[in-house]
Amino acid sequence: MSMRAASPNAIRRIDKDELVSAFLRLLPPAAVLHEAEDLRPYESDGLTAYRQVPLIVVLPDTLEQVRKILQLCHERQAPVVARGAGTGLSGGALPLANGVLLVMARFNRILDVDPLRRTATVQPGVRNLAISQAAAPFGLYYAPDPSSQIACTIGGNVAENSGGVHCLKYGLTVHNILEIKAFTIDGELLTIGGQALDAAGYDLLALFTGSEGMLAVTVEITVKLLPKPACVQVVLAAFDEVEKAGGAVAGIIAEGIIPAGLEMMDAPAIRAAEQFVHCGYPLDAQAILLCELDGTVEEVEEQIAQVQAVLDRCGATGIRIARDEEQRLQFWKGRKGAFPAMGRLAPDYYCMDGAIPRKRLPEVLRRISALSAEYGLPVANVFHAGDGNLHPLILFDANQPGELQRTEELGGRILELCVAVGGTITGEHGVGIEKIAQMCVQFQPAELEQFFAVKRVFDPLELLNPGKAVPTLHRCAEFGAMHVHHGHTPFPDLERF
Amino acid sequence: MDDLGEALRAQVEEAAARRTPLAIVGGASKGFFGRQAEGALLRLDGHRGVIDYEPTELVITARSGTPLAEIEAVLAEQRQMLAFEPPHFGMTATLGGAIACGLSGPRRPYAGAARDFVLGARIVNGQGEILRFGGQVMKNVAGYDVSRLMVGALGTLGVLLEVSLKVLPQPVAEMTLSRQCAPEQALDWLARWAGQPLPLSASCFVDDRLYVRLSGTATGVEAAQRAIGGDRIEAGGSFWRSIAEHTHPFFTTDATDRILWRLAVPAATPPLSPPGRWLLDWGGAQRWLYTEASSASIREAVEQVGGHAQQFRGGDRRAEVFHPLSAPLASVHRKLKAAFDPQGILNPGRLYRDW
Repeated sequence: MSMRAASPNAIRRIDKDELVSAFLRLLPPAAVLHEAEDLRPYESDGLTAYRQVPLIVVLPDTLEQVRKILQLCHERQAPVVARGAGTGLSGGALPLANGVLLVMARFNRILDVDPLRRTATVQPGVRNLAISQAAAPFGLYYAPDPSSQIACTIGGNVAENSGGVHCLKYGLTVHNILEIKAFTIDGELLTIGGQALDAAGYDLLALFTGSEGMLAVTVEITVKLLPKPACVQVVLAAFDEVEKAGGAVAGIIAEGIIPAGLEMMDAPAIRAAEQFVHCGYPLDAQAILLCELDGTVEEVEEQIAQVQAVLDRCGATGIRIARDEEQRLQFWKGRKGAFPAMGRLAPDYYCMDGAIPRKRLPEVLRRISALSAEYGLPVANVFHAGDGNLHPLILFDANQPGELQRTEELGGRILELCVAVGGTITGEHGVGIEKIAQMCVQFQPAELEQFFAVKRVFDPLELLNPGKAVPTLHRCAEFGAMHVHHGHTPFPDLERF
Repeated sequence: MDDLGEALRAQVEEAAARRTPLAIVGGASKGFFGRQAEGALLRLDGHRGVIDYEPTELVITARSGTPLAEIEAVLAEQRQMLAFEPPHFGMTATLGGAIACGLSGPRRPYAGAARDFVLGARIVNGQGEILRFGGQVMKNVAGYDVSRLMVGALGTLGVLLEVSLKVLPQPVAEMTLSRQCAPEQALDWLARWAGQPLPLSASCFVDDRLYVRLSGTATGVEAAQRAIGGDRIEAGGSFWRSIAEHTHPFFTTDATDRILWRLAVPAATPPLSPPGRWLLDWGGAQRWLYTEASSASIREAVEQVGGHAQQFRGGDRRAEVFHPLSAPLASVHRKLKAAFDPQGILNPGRLYRDW
């Protein structure tokens, strides 16, 4: 798939040989990649449908090198895309043909774990799970747990404001970090937030979290650590109708319980997961719920009984409480293996990431099912039911001519459906390059202009990750020419091309 | 239930055209907060009403002039709450004022701050444009997080029209425990307890006594009481309200002509040096101080431990009241202000003197 960005900086011509020699004056030769075969491994992130070989890859390992790389790019007006492990699912770290890919993977040291303050200070290339592992001897952990946590880096988590399956109770990245240090494109080091619970001035920490590498390059992060719960228990419930499962989710919340995790899977997802990992899911169910409770032993015991009563009342056809830790992990294994399980059913799958008000779930699933039939592409749904984050997985075969294009179009329709019911085009994966067109559906021109004004505060030449996250109005006009939203075109005042 | 959004927008647009500074006012309960600033009044108290509230979605959306007390009453009917326990500082406090000031109460270190519960906002920027950011869903990473940026910005980036907040169920059981001890001992216990899976929901140290609140299920709270000990006090609710609202004798005795300082410091910071009367809140991360010490010595002491200090009540409100920003951050703040409010008409000088 070709690069769809329209930012002038994403296409400006850069003198590669000159830039390579300039980098070689700053960095050892092994830290500057510029030959085609060395660049190829960096051509995509976790969204492999988009590929673009970068002009140059740089792999610094000191802060001073990062500062000089950015200053050089600023001086040469060369665009820069920062990247961690490259596990992102929205193409946020997709390279630019005329740009420098700044790989932060070598910044992989845990600088400090402070059990009394309950914080860890780490470099951006540290893997998400490694933080919890380092904190474990103190009985502490880092709460956000994106499904890629074995591989994804905390720097990438900050860029995307990553979530996971425990967000309803423990929040996203933005709720779990205290301070970041970041270089602006002109090489200035900013300290955002602080070691206290708040900082003077504007909440720049919130602005930076989830800014998709558009404002600055993060070089150090202090995260909050939480005490590991004394007790964790999971309930698996089966339903013969999606509506009933949705009702049970609302019922649990109405009971005053905030589960640590509350996940729903629909029939196609249940079947794929069961065939893949044999986790004991009921194959005749139309939906299953996984409800995880954590806290003190007494709390969990009390809440398990309450949840069981709600599930009964809401018409669950089967309820199983994990009898031990082994079975708890077994129940989760199916959910966590849902994506690879889909991978066995079709040559390719495409994972979407919308968020909706929970009460609209049955309607949204019905309409997705209708769209699935319209496009002739199967869709399975896994749902972070507690926080309304829906991941429809579209199954397709990229080798069939036109099928990837149809898949993308179906995906776009699903995201627009999420916006139409009062939700958003991305719950946790970010906009990146993937959902750039749907940003035009979610935001009005004045809002997009405000985003650009914020961008220019930090990066007036628009050199950091140009063409991602926020579409130009020109781009929206092109998109709008093909789309009519809510019966009227979204940009009536703009020229059509 | 009045929507004055369009009228407010027009007022801002006109002020921008004339470059007339506006002083944004909700219920006028927090007029003491921040720097003293002048401008034509932009009144939000008529712009009120809960727009949407679905208890099982855990989200409430209301106009900014809605009284905080009204919102809390609506939530309480469904046994829900604003978990950041916003201080009111007066009967007339509004939702918009609470969010613009970004203040949070005793539950903050354990449940999160005002900014953590903001899901979306509708604002008028300094050019008189109505803009919507975030939304009514728990997870939303489309575009920069402008709605959270509004929290604590004191209206200098935009006039809040509507705010959507995540709400939480009220705990089934709460218990407040108290015991006499030295401040060092209190801070040590608090740091160690916070690292254990205990249902803590508030903690403070005042008048040589440590107070701790536990929240959760009845059995969970009782088990935690056995683990940490202390004497149970019956009037827990009113005690924590007096801490949040500054009606506790610490804040009302011999306080009239003194400056009340708020110091935010890292958890587990030992007692600080400036002499005076101290109240340690938020597990020790927020400290209140009445002192004769100079601003400079307070700021220096708090900087040494990596925190910041704010002149919360009283003192010279024409000087800086918030902690001075580093040069690079000050520059970012000025440019951000200009990005939202190019004419500099929204509450200029309320947060920092120069803008």
